[in-house]
Amino acid sequence: MSSVTTNGTRAERGWYKRNEIAITPWLFLAPAMFFFAIYVIIPIGQSFWISFHQWDGLGEATWVGTANYERLLGIGEQNMDRKFEVSFWNNLKWLVLYLLAIPMGLFISLFLNQTVTGIRLYKSLFFFPFVISQVVVGLVFSWFYLPNDGLFDQITGLVGIDIKGGMLGNPNTATYGIIAAGLWPQTAYCMILYLTGLNAVDPEQVEAARLDGAKGHKMLWYVILPQLKPATFIAFVVTIIGALRSFDLISVMTNGGPFGSTRVLSFYMFEESLSEFGFRMGYGAAIAVVLFFIMLFFIVYFLWSMYQDEKGGR
Amino acid sequence: MHSILKTSLAALVAAGVATTATADSHALSGELRIISDMSNPAPRAVMEKLAADFDAMHDDLTVELTIVDREAWKTQIRNALGANPPDVVNWYAATRMTPYVDAGLFMDISDLWAEPEFEALSSTKGAMTLDGKQWGVPYTYYQWGVYYRKDIFEELGLTEPATWEEELANCQAIIDSGRKCYTIGSKFLWTAGGWFDYINSRTNGYDFHIQLANGEIEWTDDRVKQTFANWRQLIDMGAFIEDHQSYSWQEAMPFMVDGEATAYLMGNFSVAAFRDGGLTDDQLDFYQFPTINPDVAPAEDAPTDTFHIASGAQNVEAAKEFLRFVTSADVQSEINGGDALGQLPVNANASVSDDKFIQEGFEMLSNNASGGIMQFFDRDFPAEMASVGMEGLQEFMVFPDNLDDILARMEEARQRIYQ
Repeated sequence: MSSVTTNGTRAERGWYKRNEIAITPWLFLAPAMFFFAIYVIIPIGQSFWISFHQWDGLGEATWVGTANYERLLGIGEQNMDRKFEVSFWNNLKWLVLYLLAIPMGLFISLFLNQTVTGIRLYKSLFFFPFVISQVVVGLVFSWFYLPNDGLFDQITGLVGIDIKGGMLGNPNTATYGIIAAGLWPQTAYCMILYLTGLNAVDPEQVEAARLDGAKGHKMLWYVILPQLKPATFIAFVVTIIGALRSFDLISVMTNGGPFGSTRVLSFYMFEESLSEFGFRMGYGAAIAVVLFFIMLFFIVYFLWSMYQDEKGGR
Repeated sequence: MHSILKTSLAALVAAGVATTATADSHALSGELRIISDMSNPAPRAVMEKLAADFDAMHDDLTVELTIVDREAWKTQIRNALGANPPDVVNWYAATRMTPYVDAGLFMDISDLWAEPEFEALSSTKGAMTLDGKQWGVPYTYYQWGVYYRKDIFEELGLTEPATWEEELANCQAIIDSGRKCYTIGSKFLWTAGGWFDYINSRTNGYDFHIQLANGEIEWTDDRVKQTFANWRQLIDMGAFIEDHQSYSWQEAMPFMVDGEATAYLMGNFSVAAFRDGGLTDDQLDFYQFPTINPDVAPAEDAPTDTFHIASGAQNVEAAKEFLRFVTSADVQSEINGGDALGQLPVNANASVSDDKFIQEGFEMLSNNASGGIMQFFDRDFPAEMASVGMEGLQEFMVFPDNLDDILARMEEARQRIYQ
């Protein structure tokens, strides 16, 4: 009798019940996928589309094919867009120098990873620059760099170095000045990542290494650092992304100047398409697409290495 | 649901009122939506009073005023005019209107300008005209010129220079006394545009300057190079303060207040800042930019700020009436008075404030600007040319040796932009 009932219910089970296992994950994913499509995937497609047009953002867009890219990269009889070139190299400078935040963050976190009275206070003080807005960081640093009156200028004056035009007024130093300002909060960020990572370091392994006579930098290199690999990976990811989306500091500290020497791709894009004098939506979109491909290179690498990790974990 | 009901009721009532309104001649009704960029304290008070007064004059009309930060408005105007536009907006005269006119976002108000009352505004008609039609009305303008430290000039025994030779001689004397002739803050570029406007129009004349703005002349032209050569005389003798690319125009002000520099080529809006900085009218004075080429008539920078009707305006009648109201002689006298905007009225029948600098500017623009009135570098030149150009001008002021490279870049931009 009972078996009959079971058979009966099995036959009566609805379509959803039958496919529950296959469908449920998709149902849970659906809202995220929907909004991801609306806010990320479709706009990316639209950017690509706009980049093939000449458009002032107000009137009708005209199809120009790859003309924007040709102008940008200097294909054909024209020179490469110099502003683009400058922005691109500045982006590379950002990428390379911003990575300094990782070793600096590691160093500070090792230094702070001890039990002393008030260590929590010291930690939060070191973390502080990450909490305050980038705009405030930029403003404070631009005062710090002021020619003649600025603290930085007075310090360099003591050792007899005089930067003509001030740190931010000299096209040769301005980008480095901004990167240094950006490193301040970024180092704090990396530090906090490493501090949490250090909590997870296995004390038994440290103990064992110590018994084997490891100490100093060997201990750090062979025992501690391998265990910090997840933290290093995340620090690397956020730093690379932070470097590529550097915008607010540039906007606040130099506004792209002097003479456009501190532009990066994101700032150049903004300037061409959205700023006070920017009416070249198509051109701005083309810059955005180039920036997208640069980012994609890193994103693919990150995804690939995460995928490898997952596979290794199984 | 409740709110939908309410709005549709309101719309019904409004529609009802509108029909009755048209019945009894031209009483205005409904809602007039204004977005203004007059966000600094004094202009804001002026704008709020304008809206309140206009509201009070018309019983059935509600004026809804939104004030947007002046800098932010420069980029927000595109979105504001796009979807659900307001009726009236603030903007600037001359070429700066082009993108919005071309996109059909500003309403053609030539019919308004054809009314007899607008005769009094004829001096600014040219600046409001594109393609033979008028696209807005001005409400204020102000002169540019050299603001200088009278006390330092007296101490050194100098007088206001009228010619370029006198100017250079004055400047040499100032430098010899251990000061700089001019302060300038070129971080945001446009201040350098003012210098170019003046030196170019004094060297080659107003018509040449406007042709250059319209893209009809190459940047590598010898006459343009002559402008830069004249400018370079000042740069090479060390007339400008150092490191000016790091300062905004306000940050450059203390140099003059402290007496480290003696003069500032600026718009009249700087007077309030000088007074706040502690300079008295005995210390501060004004002179017209000196003549360079005696064969050309002097042209002056006098930027005009404007009101426009959005082409998607809902309440066109009220919007037009508001523009008539703003430009009328009485309102013009009031809003440009010394205790309000402190600038020049656009209506010829309005009275000019008795402030020393406004009087001097009015006198200069009425009698001694026969060359023409320029709107300013970033309003006369198309947006893209202005941004490439001003960046080049800033670079020239710091590295004058790069001139050929800068001009080549600007010429490349010109060929692309005006095609």
